[in-house]
Amino acid sequence: MASAPAIPVPRLIGIDGLGALFEALVAGGYHVIGPAVQDGAIVLRELSSAAELPHGWGVRLQPGGYPGRPRDDTAAFGHAAGPQSWKRFLHPPRERLWSATRTAAGFEVAEDGAGGESGAPPRYAFLGVRPCDLRAIEIQDRVLGQPGSRYAARRSGAFIIAVNCTEPGETCFCASMGTGPSADRGYDLSLTELADERGHRFLVDVGSPRGAEFIGRVPSEPAGEQAVRGARSAVEAAADHMGRQMEAGGLRELMADSHGAARWDDVAARCLTCGNCTMACPTCFCTTIEDTTDLTGEHAERWETWDSCFDLDFSYLHGGSVRTSDKSRYRQWLTHKLGTWHDQFGSSGCVGCGRCIVWCPVGIDLTEEVKALRTEREGGTEPDGAEER
Amino acid sequence: MTAVQEPVIAAPAAPMRPAGYLVTGRKEETSDTVTLMLRPAGDPIQTPRPGQFTMLYAFGVGEVPVSVSGIGHGHVLVQTIRAVGAVTRALCAAAPGDMIGVRGPFGTDWQVSGADGRDVLIVAGGIGLAPLRPVLLAALAERARYDRVVLLVGARSPGDLLFTRELETWRRRGADVRITVDHGQAGWDGRVGLVTALLKDAIADPARTAAFVCGPEIMMRLSAQALADAGVPAGDIRVSLERNMRCGVALCGHCQLGPLLLCRDGPCVSYAEAVPLLAKKEL
Repeated sequence: MASAPAIPVPRLIGIDGLGALFEALVAGGYHVIGPAVQDGAIVLRELSSAAELPHGWGVRLQPGGYPGRPRDDTAAFGHAAGPQSWKRFLHPPRERLWSATRTAAGFEVAEDGAGGESGAPPRYAFLGVRPCDLRAIEIQDRVLGQPGSRYAARRSGAFIIAVNCTEPGETCFCASMGTGPSADRGYDLSLTELADERGHRFLVDVGSPRGAEFIGRVPSEPAGEQAVRGARSAVEAAADHMGRQMEAGGLRELMADSHGAARWDDVAARCLTCGNCTMACPTCFCTTIEDTTDLTGEHAERWETWDSCFDLDFSYLHGGSVRTSDKSRYRQWLTHKLGTWHDQFGSSGCVGCGRCIVWCPVGIDLTEEVKALRTEREGGTEPDGAEER
Repeated sequence: MTAVQEPVIAAPAAPMRPAGYLVTGRKEETSDTVTLMLRPAGDPIQTPRPGQFTMLYAFGVGEVPVSVSGIGHGHVLVQTIRAVGAVTRALCAAAPGDMIGVRGPFGTDWQVSGADGRDVLIVAGGIGLAPLRPVLLAALAERARYDRVVLLVGARSPGDLLFTRELETWRRRGADVRITVDHGQAGWDGRVGLVTALLKDAIADPARTAAFVCGPEIMMRLSAQALADAGVPAGDIRVSLERNMRCGVALCGHCQLGPLLLCRDGPCVSYAEAVPLLAKKEL
């Protein structure tokens, strides 16, 4: 563009405009990643057009369950967070760090580029990032985004289109964590989906010069005051419809003071230590290193793969693991997420997306666990939630 | 000694890429422990400070964290390794001419200079003497800067003592070296007992003592507690902690000990910081 288009006011685009934005991003060299229905779940994957978005799909979030449900409209983003998060793309589950070959002098290491096998990292456009997930990306930036890192290379090129929430799920609590339901920073474009008698439209907020550039390539109209007010109030109202709540004040201290709590035994009796919560969590970042060779022993590789603090091997030192009991591993996860994350990375590690509740096979609900820990510390009896199990 | 220390992170461009080092010397310390001399085949890593560690890679086998036990001329790394698993067995079996991958140096150091003008008290248990050797060598290299330099060594048996040929040299250079073993054997006429038993007589003036403690966690807890009980300020007692480490650069999450990422915030921490953490089971 010769000059940055001046589009300070929110714009309105129709469903055609969303398609045009998609095409503009593809033409701009982006791999567009977004939600799509696959095997009965809403997954994140590379899309070939905006028509692949899960139009008319919703989900019913519940502890240990995620049934899809048809909506009575054609909303593209009328669903809550699915099993995957964007870390899958910025912090891939499995990545080769280098390969090496045995030589006369010893061995020689050939480092892969920032994008792994192919060298340059792919340029992603993330379409449909929920405000909670936007904060999750921001949190992982602080953990993994050391300048020059592979993560930083992938992250710096990513174009982010956020979608504000108007229909929080049954396990959502972003309003408690202060991360939603409205995206307030960190996006190039932010959409609020409107489906009413005036048709299916998106209110578009611009968050960066790059965002302005792309919305300038798409047919749009200025958003009237009524449309803006309608969109804003729908998002504001969503804060009052969260399926869960978690008192965020004093969490760090609560975690630090609860090492000896009896509640850990209670949750350990239910927890399978399967690690699903850590895989589904948009901020969990732990990895392990695998050094391998081929059958000849002449070629070696180093791989980085996602790991989980629920794995017994995670804390292995010669002679045994530090955290052998189930309770110590659940405690590590929760106290790190809500407590010591502050010490290590300057914020909480929880964004209130509720994935760990939904994807726990036995439906452990961290908001209930926190409530119980709080009650225990205050010397109370069993919390209300405990009897409902 | 309690000053906040800037963490040292290797050049971020390729923190996971090992540098090739050639084994130029190998000394069997005990039946399961070997000291390797490693000379850079290409560019050396930054010079480690006393107490820092490297990640050592045996080709095709794997990588483990190992503290640095000395620095030689020409960027030679001296690293003492006990064979306790597949990778350490492969490293211990390395012969002169073999190549070892090295990443680092990582972590915090012992802050030896904090002991200026005071008594240096080094308390080592078993392989814990390896990361403390650079403290002793640093103190002896500038002997006049310190008052007393005392090294207390505990080992399971006389056969498990490390650096035995150097002990006399250290004494000659002005260190007060005292040794004890858990179990004596034929020909042993030294002390038998825990290293904590040596502590009482080793402290001249607790307020002017800087202590450096490394060994099994239980030994560090008991030693540091005994030092604190004797009046050494908890902030002047440093210990070196160990947890599972995979990356060395605060990315993999394995080395968490409560609020600490030990590859970044440790391994060397003050006892004041370590007390509440070591007291918690399965933290």
